[in-house]
Amino acid sequence: MLAKHRANILKLISALVVFTAWEIAGRVPVSFAFPTFFESVSAFWALLIDGTMFKAYAETLKPLVIGILISAFFGIGIGLFVGLSRGFDWLVSPIFIVMQTAPLAALIPLLVMAYGIGLTSKVFVVCIMAMPVIVLNTGGAVRNTPANLIEMGEAFLGSRRQVIMKIILPAAFPIIFAGLRLGVSAGFIGAILSELKITPTGVGDIITYSRSIADYPSMYAAIASIIILAVLFLNVLERVENKLLQGSRKPSALD
Amino acid sequence: MTKSTDNAVTVRNVYKNYGSTEALRDLSLDFPRGQLTSLLGPSGCGKTTLLKIIAGLLPATSGEVLVNGEVVKAPGPDRAFVFQDFALMPWASVIRNVAFGLELRGMAKSEREGIAEKYINEVGLSGFEHSYPHELSGGMRQRVGLARALSVDAQVLLMDEPFSAVDEQTRRKFQEDLLGLVKNENKTFIFVTHSIEEAVYVSDQIAILLPRPSRVMEIIRPSGFRHKDVDSIRREPEYLDIVDRIWASLRSYVE
Repeated sequence: MLAKHRANILKLISALVVFTAWEIAGRVPVSFAFPTFFESVSAFWALLIDGTMFKAYAETLKPLVIGILISAFFGIGIGLFVGLSRGFDWLVSPIFIVMQTAPLAALIPLLVMAYGIGLTSKVFVVCIMAMPVIVLNTGGAVRNTPANLIEMGEAFLGSRRQVIMKIILPAAFPIIFAGLRLGVSAGFIGAILSELKITPTGVGDIITYSRSIADYPSMYAAIASIIILAVLFLNVLERVENKLLQGSRKPSALD
Repeated sequence: MTKSTDNAVTVRNVYKNYGSTEALRDLSLDFPRGQLTSLLGPSGCGKTTLLKIIAGLLPATSGEVLVNGEVVKAPGPDRAFVFQDFALMPWASVIRNVAFGLELRGMAKSEREGIAEKYINEVGLSGFEHSYPHELSGGMRQRVGLARALSVDAQVLLMDEPFSAVDEQTRRKFQEDLLGLVKNENKTFIFVTHSIEEAVYVSDQIAILLPRPSRVMEIIRPSGFRHKDVDSIRREPEYLDIVDRIWASLRSYVE
């Protein structure tokens, strides 16, 4: 109980240190384009109250949610085959490693030429960001299933399908989920990147527009809102994961 | 050699090569029904390899294994395996782990849990049905592994150094329980061990294997004290003589 409180107090102190540093940096100021913490917070409230923020997120979440759902579904599916078959691994993994390391911003013009400036291109950007880490994590987790558990499944007459469904996937589950979390955070980056580089819509539009009229507090408020949302969403994912794992594993250090 | 009805398992001229390494050479051995046979030998003598070939988990390079007169090609319902490192699923409760062999055979949940319950009771784990493996001690985990093997009701129980990962006191208790099991369950036990005392204590028949390549050096049948009380076996002159004799013949192979 005390340890739990202690963790929360430390997190609060950590946030306070960052916000204080931000406030001081804004007051010095380090740049005329860098607002103070309080200016940004009041801009944030203003955007929230007049509904701009909600309309923006309705727009931004579209490619984000679609992209993440596609990445999760196909990413885990492809990752499963990557982990099960050496041949498939060699065939497919290089593509995702290239995807992961490619300078995405430079590729966006190509995507726009191929798929236009609409939702499709944005979904693509989210997928390019989110899918590789999901595929590679799933593949690695599946490949590293403890050999003794697979042997146990075979010794007790499990079919290949049963061994995959009842042993390999549950054993890989925590790492698959870790990959999913990394994929989701990468997806958030992809969604904003696509709104900055393709067409300014949603939150990307607030950022672009406030910058163009030198309303820096609003710009930083929009950026901060993405970070807050991403952290909240990752926390929810973690709760879901813990719920699914129930009492079967020791709780992780993350919270 | 004709098909013998009082042997549950017969190993005939089995060779096993890993690449150019010869692991087993022309190994033949009979396992009398209803008895416990130990495979004893120094490490690297191929006893686990032989056990896995009997289990159908490894193919023999040549030769054959007969279980009840049928040639072994794959794991079958007539054999159950107890693993050295327990091979329990960490995400599954004790009762699910014990019932897993039956789950893989498609038995309905209530039915298989009823059976699992019975064997959990038998190995002395009642009250732990809904615990998870990480909450149990090593000895208790192996009891789960044993209950899982018993619950599929196979005629042949294959045990791969089942007590090597538990502490000395637990091990002695296990050995006593094993004698009770051999007496009460009408099963054939094949027991891999590297402990001379353990082999002499629990076995009706001891096959001493020599390493590189593995072959049967000697078969010993301790008979004089088998009917004695579990507490007095270790004081029997015959017990002590056999232990000494085996050590005398094995010592030159221990580096």
